[in-house]
Amino acid sequence: MKSPRNHRAYWAFLGHRLSGLALGVFLPAHFYVLGLALEQQARMDAFLKFADMGAVKFGEWGLVLLLSIHMCFGLRLLALELLPWSTTRDARLSWISWGGVLSLCVGVIFALGVI
Amino acid sequence: MEATKAAQRTLKVRIARGTEDGNFTTYEVPWRENQTVLDVVTEVQRRIEPTLSYRFACRVGVCGSCAMTVNGKPRWTCRTHVSRVEEDGVIVIEPLRNMPRIKDLVVDMSEFFDKWKKAGSTFVGTATRHEPPAAVSPTSKKRKMADAAIECINCGVCYASCDVVAWDKEYLGPAALNRAWTLFNDERHADPKDVLKKATSGSGCNSCHTQGNCMTHCPVSLSPTGSIAGLKKNALLQFLKGGD
Amino acid sequence: MEQRLFALQRLSAMVMAPFVLVHLGIILYAVRGGLTAAEILARTQGSLFWIPFYSLFVISVAVHVPIGLRNILIEWARLSRGAASVCCFLFGLLLLSMGLRAVAAVGGLLS
Repeated sequence: MKSPRNHRAYWAFLGHRLSGLALGVFLPAHFYVLGLALEQQARMDAFLKFADMGAVKFGEWGLVLLLSIHMCFGLRLLALELLPWSTTRDARLSWISWGGVLSLCVGVIFALGVI
Repeated sequence: MEATKAAQRTLKVRIARGTEDGNFTTYEVPWRENQTVLDVVTEVQRRIEPTLSYRFACRVGVCGSCAMTVNGKPRWTCRTHVSRVEEDGVIVIEPLRNMPRIKDLVVDMSEFFDKWKKAGSTFVGTATRHEPPAAVSPTSKKRKMADAAIECINCGVCYASCDVVAWDKEYLGPAALNRAWTLFNDERHADPKDVLKKATSGSGCNSCHTQGNCMTHCPVSLSPTGSIAGLKKNALLQFLKGGD
Repeated sequence: MEQRLFALQRLSAMVMAPFVLVHLGIILYAVRGGLTAAEILARTQGSLFWIPFYSLFVISVAVHVPIGLRNILIEWARLSRGAASVCCFLFGLLLLSMGLRAVAAVGGLLS
């Protein structure tokens, strides 16, 4: 059975939504850790040391990737909705591939920085 | 021996029957190099299963009545060659998604058309019969945008393919909004602002998430995605300018 | 209401694009050679740039995220529009309060 969802624009939708969901769920934890800087710098440092672990760094890499993906696919949406379409089918599908590539590049730079 | 073997090649057709999900009956029809899915359904109904219910009209790809789900995708069955979609000699035929099922392959399209009206697709003229016909330039920007979306014959394939329609019962859907867009760009229409108001009412154009299932499956290559993007932009501008 | 939320969602997205770019940039720069609290705080405490920057970022996030989540709750969790609005409004308040507290924390505004 072929899926009617197996096309780029749908993956862009899914990528944008799932990355947004993951980031949204992550944010309260992020704000909490940053809040540790208040009087609990020792705890913050302890957390940052813990975050040096490979598994956590991998998670951070994932988050950086998710943020890039969310922004790239989001910018595509803004362009789609606000800029004129040159043809009826100009859903800027190429932006999806480029957005993915750009996000991976950001991820690579991050990985190089933490290795 | 070879000749008989070739003549006996068959196509297995799994057709959704009844009114409940998951009830399939498998039929076998002769394999032919050149047949459409509609040909196959018709053969099943005429020669094997007279109680099978399905819709068709023109059978040449201009009316949109024969739309069904074939191997998971909504399509016009008269325009779908079996050889293009069969998987290991099997095709699976179901009714269109997102519309209540009446029986077998027939669905109730009332809600589809209700939403068409709700989206602000009723033309209101401004001239009378005593005035000359409106001189609408086909090359004007607005007319080009309307023309790009005007060929919709309300077959329901886009509506069936849209996940937002499946997830949100109030969502007006791609066809209704696409039609509203053509009206918004019709310079003869009396109240384009009202079109935007209706297109954004309830779960309107702003609920579209640009998944693009509609433009991917439209049999006449329309793009409700583009039309809805146009509605979103104009509605946003109207909103920001205070024309709530 | 839906139109208002849509407008806020798109506007907050536009406002945030440069914030996200800068934030990604600073992340890529800061992780080199390991991250410590002291390093972060040296950059942010009392900063006339980072404090307003992150305050505005937090406010846009507190608008953008709940509206996006609301769609997910309505479409995937099948909540009613009213229930989804309430949940997300509360989540927005949570993000705003925790976020501004975080800005105050790293900006050295409260200790």
